[in-house]
Amino acid sequence: MFTFFFVLLIIASFMCLYRVMVGPTPPDRMVAIDILGILVVGMCALYAAYTKRGFYLYIAISWAILSFVGTLALVKFLEGRGFDE
Amino acid sequence: MNNNIALSLVIVGVVFDLLGCLGLIRLPDIYNRLQAATKSVTLGTCAILFGVALEFGIVSSGGIKALICILFVMFTSPTAAHALAKGSHTSGFKLWEGSKVDKLKKDKEK
Repeated sequence: MFTFFFVLLIIASFMCLYRVMVGPTPPDRMVAIDILGILVVGMCALYAAYTKRGFYLYIAISWAILSFVGTLALVKFLEGRGFDE
Repeated sequence: MNNNIALSLVIVGVVFDLLGCLGLIRLPDIYNRLQAATKSVTLGTCAILFGVALEFGIVSSGGIKALICILFVMFTSPTAAHALAKGSHTSGFKLWEGSKVDKLKKDKEK
């Protein structure tokens, strides 16, 4: 059962990687990286339920926060502003 | 998983994730892709996390961690999507030629 879920999520991740590879403009790649971060959060939660160990959820929480910060930094780079505004 | 409600929530979440990533591949331009991918993947991941919280038991330590993670994902993901859409519109990426309405451009011309 869990193997099936993991295979489906990995297929979704490869769809995101396809968009990162061929995406014609830079924001397409940024969207795909953001979505890939959220998918990894779901995968960490499923792995926590699979192994019955709670500390994988810490990885999920910190991955969510760091993915958000990384996307905001890339958006500031996209708008051409400095990091101190 | 032994809990039927948790199992069905996880199945719904995985299906939403898969369809969101399908939209990321199929749709024509950046704004449509953002519209399709961000919302459905956020909902799908929140459903997976809620199912995992029910599987751990909602007042146990794992359940509370999963609920905190739902809170973070639901706050940060729409904010990142909004910033990304506004940033790409500001730096001048074109809409798809089939798009009809561009109200942000109209607001900026005022």
